Amino acid sequence: MPQSPPPPVAEDDRPIAKSRNVDIVVLLALLALACLLGWDSTRVGSAWADDGPQAGYFPFYLSVLLGAACLIGLARLLMWSGHSTTGFINRHQFVRVMQVFVPTLVFVIMTEYLGLYVASFLLVAGFMWWIGGMALWKSVLTSFLFAAAMFLTFEIAFNVIMPKGPLEAAFGF
Amino acid sequence: MEAFELLLQGFLTLMTVQKLALMMVGLILGVFVGVLPGLGGPNGVAILLPLTFSMDPTSAIVMLSCLYWGALFGGAITSILFNIPGEAWSVATTFDGYPMAQKGQAAQALTAAFTSSFIGSLVAVILITFLAPRIADFALRFGPPEFFAVYLLTFCSFVGLGREEKHKIVISMTLGLLLTGIGMDTVSGQLRMTFGFTDLLRGINFLVAVIGLFGISEILITMEESLALRGHAAHINPKVVWETWKTLPRHWVTIGRSAVVGCWLGITPGGAIAASFMGYNLAKRFARDKESFGKGRIDGVLAPETAAHAAGTSALLPMLALGIPGSGTAAILLGGLLVWGLNPGPLLFVEHKEFVWGTIASMYLGNIVGLVLVLSTVPLFAAVLRVPFAAIAPMIVVSCAIGAYAIQNAMFDVWLMLGFGLLGYVFKKLDYPLAPLTLALVLGSRTEDAFRLSMIGSGGDLRVFWSNGLVGTITTLALMLLFWPVIGRVFERVGGLMRPAGKST
Repeated sequence: MPQSPPPPVAEDDRPIAKSRNVDIVVLLALLALACLLGWDSTRVGSAWADDGPQAGYFPFYLSVLLGAACLIGLARLLMWSGHSTTGFINRHQFVRVMQVFVPTLVFVIMTEYLGLYVASFLLVAGFMWWIGGMALWKSVLTSFLFAAAMFLTFEIAFNVIMPKGPLEAAFGF
Repeated sequence: MEAFELLLQGFLTLMTVQKLALMMVGLILGVFVGVLPGLGGPNGVAILLPLTFSMDPTSAIVMLSCLYWGALFGGAITSILFNIPGEAWSVATTFDGYPMAQKGQAAQALTAAFTSSFIGSLVAVILITFLAPRIADFALRFGPPEFFAVYLLTFCSFVGLGREEKHKIVISMTLGLLLTGIGMDTVSGQLRMTFGFTDLLRGINFLVAVIGLFGISEILITMEESLALRGHAAHINPKVVWETWKTLPRHWVTIGRSAVVGCWLGITPGGAIAASFMGYNLAKRFARDKESFGKGRIDGVLAPETAAHAAGTSALLPMLALGIPGSGTAAILLGGLLVWGLNPGPLLFVEHKEFVWGTIASMYLGNIVGLVLVLSTVPLFAAVLRVPFAAIAPMIVVSCAIGAYAIQNAMFDVWLMLGFGLLGYVFKKLDYPLAPLTLALVLGSRTEDAFRLSMIGSGGDLRVFWSNGLVGTITTLALMLLFWPVIGRVFERVGGLMRPAGKST
């Protein structure tokens, strides 16, 4: 069933996540990444050999720098709570972002099994019909033309090979 | 004048039906890309890069650079008619462009915007024509230490001069540098940071990262803001164009000033965005009645547009002459050079004359044709914005996926693109700058190679970076820029101490 476009009610502006908290999570994740990469670099060798740095030298010190910058960022956020009021995202925004992100995720998964062209036909048609609330025939026609144009441009005219699935195989591509 | 002769040869290279057709295709696609929210110059170029893999390098760069000009022109259309900047560098154009459209002067505003963009890039192209060969000639003497010093200068200027919080710039840059280190180490052949994943052996391709960081994340942001498009109609006829052109000579000071600011900021890695704001602010500061800015003044359109285009164009100068991109789009074009089998840097001017001068000639021709094209087809492109976003968004996603996959024929890259899309979205929301990340992704491995080659040359002695006047100056300058916030403060202190003393005498 096609959804109607989002109702024009007053938007709920209350954020479901504060920028400050998201920032802290991001910084912690980057800090963990810095530790991981730094550890791997010491394994490779991060010392200074006779002829200059070893392979892990740069990554090691870059990880240290990244980690240090993350710690500074964390310290700033935890000590000053001045900008803690700004919201990262509110419920409606989150729903809208997910409306694009989830179909994109599904599209990438479908590309693995069905090939890019079939997956893109399904993505464009589904998105227009389901999220855009457009007429089914319009959505299907547009996305068919789009997928066909892509196929002709890349596969035929410019010889750029894309992942293909059972449908293309049935036609001998 | 050797430059003239070479330029003429460049024009002759362009004069084939195929190249002219590609130019038109590039321009039209570029305006589309510039008009659509959720797509911009860098993404457009990144997504269409795969199309050029089977072309010869000259045709490829002609098409892509024309796409870039088109995007620069297209950004102005949405800013003026819809109050939506299609590009970050056209934000300043909305300040006076949209009020002009509200007053029913959309056609004048558009004509002014296109013409001043044209003048801006023309100034920058002339600069490139005469300056780039000299710089390249000079840079031919560079060895690894000099190149490392120049790369260092680029990175340091980002940290020292960037307006974001410093730790955010450093995070963005180190993350980019670390990502380029993934995979096989080019000097020793060891594997780094792959953790046994075979997909990581190839390393992270920066074009994949760019498509995610800019393309996918932009879609997420656009969707989040849920744009409502209410635009003004515009019909440009030759009479309005002529009338507007007649008023332009009065504003030559504004245009000239913006062109200079733009060229300067384009060459240094500050980019078109900063240039457009600076051009606007300067025009405002020097104007007699500051109050009328923001209410629809024609020089409020002329100033940012000239500066943005001058910057966008001159960003290609360091890319051609030194192999250092001055902007995001220049960085992607640089990635293109590598794919087409060319080695960016000063040797291009010696080994691939035809390519370099064909490119420069196409900048002249592309801008002239672009100006005529946009002036004659504005209503058409304005109609593009009435196509529902629900139809455009998934198509952009598909184009991004095609672009990401085609670079190395790897499905893993499509997943990477998705990851970078999320990263870009979060970074943008939290005010982490993306430019240092992009720059680090492009220059990272070359910076490391230059450093390690210098070290092998000097036997591990760091003093090689001060071994002669040239490299010493660049390295010192780089370190000064890195600590500029501190040094600047010291200067202010000293200045503050001096001033009262100066007054009393």
